[in-house]
Amino acid sequence: MTPSPLVEARNVRKHFGAHHVLKGIDLEVRRGEVMCLLGPSGSGKSTFLRCINHLEKVDGGRIYVDGELMGYEEHASRKGHAREMKPKQIAAQRRSIGMVFQRFNLFPHLTALENITEAPIGVARQSRPDARSRGMELLRRVGLTDHAGAYPAHLSGGQQQRVAIARALAMEPKLMLFDEPTSALDPELVGDVLSVMRDLARSGMTMIVVTHEIGFAREVADQVVFMDDGIVVESGAPSRVIDDPQHERTRAFLDSVL
Amino acid sequence: MSATDMTVKSTAGTHDVAAAPRSHPGRWIAAAALVVLCVGWVVSLWSNQNIDHATIADFLFDGRILQGVLLTVGLTACSMLLATALAVALAVMRLSANPVLRVVSWGYTWFFRGTPLLVQIVFWGYLGLLYEKISLGIPFTSVHFFSANTNTIVTPFVAGLLALGMNEAAYASEIVRAGLLSVDHGQVEAAHSLGMSPAYTLRRIIVPQAMRVIIPPMGNETISMLKNTALLQLIAVPELYTRASWISAQNLSQVELLIVASAWYLVLTSVLSVPQYYLERRYGRGAGRSLPATPWQQARHTVTRIRTRVAQVAHTHPRNARTEADS
Repeated sequence: MTPSPLVEARNVRKHFGAHHVLKGIDLEVRRGEVMCLLGPSGSGKSTFLRCINHLEKVDGGRIYVDGELMGYEEHASRKGHAREMKPKQIAAQRRSIGMVFQRFNLFPHLTALENITEAPIGVARQSRPDARSRGMELLRRVGLTDHAGAYPAHLSGGQQQRVAIARALAMEPKLMLFDEPTSALDPELVGDVLSVMRDLARSGMTMIVVTHEIGFAREVADQVVFMDDGIVVESGAPSRVIDDPQHERTRAFLDSVL
Repeated sequence: MSATDMTVKSTAGTHDVAAAPRSHPGRWIAAAALVVLCVGWVVSLWSNQNIDHATIADFLFDGRILQGVLLTVGLTACSMLLATALAVALAVMRLSANPVLRVVSWGYTWFFRGTPLLVQIVFWGYLGLLYEKISLGIPFTSVHFFSANTNTIVTPFVAGLLALGMNEAAYASEIVRAGLLSVDHGQVEAAHSLGMSPAYTLRRIIVPQAMRVIIPPMGNETISMLKNTALLQLIAVPELYTRASWISAQNLSQVELLIVASAWYLVLTSVLSVPQYYLERRYGRGAGRSLPATPWQQARHTVTRIRTRVAQVAHTHPRNARTEADS
């Protein structure tokens, strides 16, 4: 028997008003796997990523992480119906899922180290010295030991994004979500962030990455998913989807970005 | 000797032209005009035969006045605390997803902002005329846990505190709401993605950032509150203005006692700006690339600047320096 996938999406649907953003997404991410989501803007890939940790509510379908239904509990009597969980339960579920945002979203009133230790101390109830030493270890991992006391406003975009990755890792997640992590960066700063992500992938972290970095996807991804207009157009190994796309839409998109 | 002097002087001259700050003669003229006006005003007050300066001096540190000052400060502090606590609750309710809470918050603000503060003060002060007894029990039954005469609970001090605090909360809630809304929504998402609960996110992430926007207008409100306590004279709360008016009712020195009271209000509002300044610095951390200097640091900086300027003047006029040294 094959081990169960870490992430399982079944027929995920989502509307914003009349706009149909996700029209039934089915995906599986195995443990230790890196999945890259590609697609034109507005294709629904960021929305899908945000549904996984319930930053967006799905309108239909189910998302399971490690066998647990995200954000909802099955209705006891009415089969197939689910009810949204209490905010505290949702918060507890999110602790095992790290997320990195396009615009970093570091807490500007806290230093780099405090950004990393806030959730471990306040949410995971780690002792202050423990959290700090782990925080320093994470800063070393992303190459920012010298900037522990710096406020985000004093850091470059690339440095901020690396602190954001360390902050997400501090909660020891089993899954990491990346929402266009390099799109807001100056070109010369992209490399540092991608190399941190590459190291993370090598260490066996399960990752879902929404990105426009085709080179990164080809090199690091185990599975590439191409989305357009709220559906999965095709998915598979990068050598198949990127180098030998089967669908006209995939080909057109890759031609436009490469 | 004189040749080297000449070259040094000419290069120094060109550098001076390039780096010299713009001179602002207009500012000096305006400042001088203002000083003259102010001095004139003070002199006119001082030499005014209609003001008895001895009376002002007598009552400035009169025990009754000082008691009034103390009560004014206490009332301001207590009502601002009440107002701030209520305001945070009202603002969070207003931004809540729960429509009942939103309507309650809106209704509160609508009522307390829409009626005159003076009327609210009178109502609280004469609450005993509307409701003789205050009791806690189960409505429409004879069960009472607690009952008391209104006037023993709602003393003039309590009435003043409630009137000022509850009125202020309506205004302050809008300030707090503006502050909460000023924080980027990405902050909430980042906090939630780390598993922080809504309450924890509000307390540790949103409010500390909102404070930067909230503090300046709240400083304004505090100063406003300090002076609004004078309205409590109407319900005989013995604060600064009430005490001054009681004294002047006896000795008929209305103007002198108004000056005494005003002087104290000015002193108190000046003192209030100090904690505000340091609170702003405290919550400004990480907001800009560097924090503004404190007044102490600014003073030290000014002294250093004057020193270097003096040194420069001595340097650019070496002849003066030399003649001084010679003599």
